[in-house]
Amino acid sequence: METRLLSVEGLKVQFRTYAGLVRAVNGVTFDVRAGEVFGLVGETGCGKTITGLSILRLVPPPGEMVSGKIAFNGLDILSLSQAEMREIRGGRIAMIFQNPATSLNPVFSVGQQISWVIRLHRPLTANQAEERTLEILEAVGLPDPPQTARRYPHELSGGMQQRVMIAMALSSDAELLIADEPTTALDVTIQAQILTLLAQLRDERGLSILLITHNLGVVAETCDRVAVLYVGHVVEQGPTREIFKAMKHPYTRGLMAAIPRPGSHGQPLPAIHGSVPSGLERFLGCPFRPRCSWAMDVCEQKLPALIPVGREHYVACHLYTEEEV
Amino acid sequence: MMLRAFRRDHLASISLLIVLLFIFGALFAPYLTPYSEEGAGSPNTANRFLPPSGEHPFGTDYLGRDVLARVLYGGRSSLTIGFLVVAIAVGIGTPLGALAGYFGGWLDEIIMRTTDMFLAFPPLLLAIAIAAALGPSFVNAMIAIALTWWPWYTRLVRAQAVSLRERSFVEAARGMGVGSVTIILRHIVPNIFTPVLVQSTMDVGGAILTGAALSFIGLGAQPPTADWGRMVSTGRNYFLHQPWYGTFPGLAIFLVTLSFNLLGDGIRDILDPRSRRAG
Repeated sequence: METRLLSVEGLKVQFRTYAGLVRAVNGVTFDVRAGEVFGLVGETGCGKTITGLSILRLVPPPGEMVSGKIAFNGLDILSLSQAEMREIRGGRIAMIFQNPATSLNPVFSVGQQISWVIRLHRPLTANQAEERTLEILEAVGLPDPPQTARRYPHELSGGMQQRVMIAMALSSDAELLIADEPTTALDVTIQAQILTLLAQLRDERGLSILLITHNLGVVAETCDRVAVLYVGHVVEQGPTREIFKAMKHPYTRGLMAAIPRPGSHGQPLPAIHGSVPSGLERFLGCPFRPRCSWAMDVCEQKLPALIPVGREHYVACHLYTEEEV
Repeated sequence: MMLRAFRRDHLASISLLIVLLFIFGALFAPYLTPYSEEGAGSPNTANRFLPPSGEHPFGTDYLGRDVLARVLYGGRSSLTIGFLVVAIAVGIGTPLGALAGYFGGWLDEIIMRTTDMFLAFPPLLLAIAIAAALGPSFVNAMIAIALTWWPWYTRLVRAQAVSLRERSFVEAARGMGVGSVTIILRHIVPNIFTPVLVQSTMDVGGAILTGAALSFIGLGAQPPTADWGRMVSTGRNYFLHQPWYGTFPGLAIFLVTLSFNLLGDGIRDILDPRSRRAG
């Protein structure tokens, strides 16, 4: 079996708010292997981003990790000191965000910002850091690195800004890149370029990527394996090809059916009826039951566990039993 | 680009000119007037209360000193108070506000409740009380005004820091493993430079006015040092018959305060295009 770079086990994150306890992540388990792109898919508010932030221990207050284990290269992330954690962030695990325009400090040139990150994790002189900055700008496909390094964030296009963010993330040879909706704020053509760049970095540098997205098209194009999240639960997980060929969970099927396709013009788009429950609600049974067309009695009483239904393919639904495999 | 925008703003350009003129006058007072000894304080009783003339454009005062020379020398203490008070207030207020805003929680509570305590008193009254308690002198007046001024910067900076803290570049910096101190120095402080610059420009005028108010009631610079507030205060006694003595220092206070305010307005308009005046 391939080596596991990151493994998340039974992660639970809660937010104590005035409105009540919000259960954002409810026992999420998955692992990312060295050199693969792992997709974390789900609707807005299903806990994707919080899961990503948890890995860097950056869940904003009042959120807290209630239980679960996160291991990175055998290192127990949750037991590290603040100082050790800062070494990990940006040094071994880097994260990029949805909106590159606001992810860069507007008052400093991009080259300066990249070289700060480099010197943060490596004992280099200013000149060496500058050289490295130019190398890394070149590596992410930015034209004329010396010129680009001198530019300020507002002088760059969205796609270029995201390339700068990726450059910054890679500047100290991180092993894992957490990309939170890296293409959502970009035009479709630029999206494709950024995804190609991520795939290329994976191939050339053996970078592992945890890709957080709501876009199944992005998943199909780039991910090796994928986990589908629904209100903080993993409902289905497996190799991308397998999931797209033989999706099992009613929620995954609903998502897939809701993608507009050529030829469906003029016909209503099938939608999953109902809406995503807020994290405030507490479920005894399956979280998807109120919206599920196949709901049974058992779904109201018991939370379905993830069971294998194929090669590395797992689903959490009472419609399936392990015997069927 | 910024300079061109500035030149188009006539009011701000004129203000800047007036401010520079006063700074120049204060710096080079000894070379600008033939009466520099009188400006520094030595009396010349033979020439008491001469009305404005070619020789003494602003007239002379009750000790026969040239009023123009006194106004030029008075600018030294007034401008010093203005700039130093604001510098001290920014120096105390910015770090406190940035810490309170960035970290939040109990640190925020301690810092902000302390500023609330200072803000609970009317600023002028508090300044008078502190200056009176420390004893009347130029330095004490400055300390008194600065002590009433810093809480405003703490609040301003805190409000900015709270909103910056949530911006994604701060989150991204945390994601890259940047420590809190570095985030405050590189990501928070440089981004609040503009509002602090605007506010402090306007406040120089306010601080000069407060300084003049303190010396008007005798708590500021002591004679024989020239001081606009004290000159207005003394000139009050002779106002009916020798109006020039109180009027010219009063005009100086008025012009400098107004200019700093308009200049601050102008800087804000230039740095923030959204608030630019119509027409």
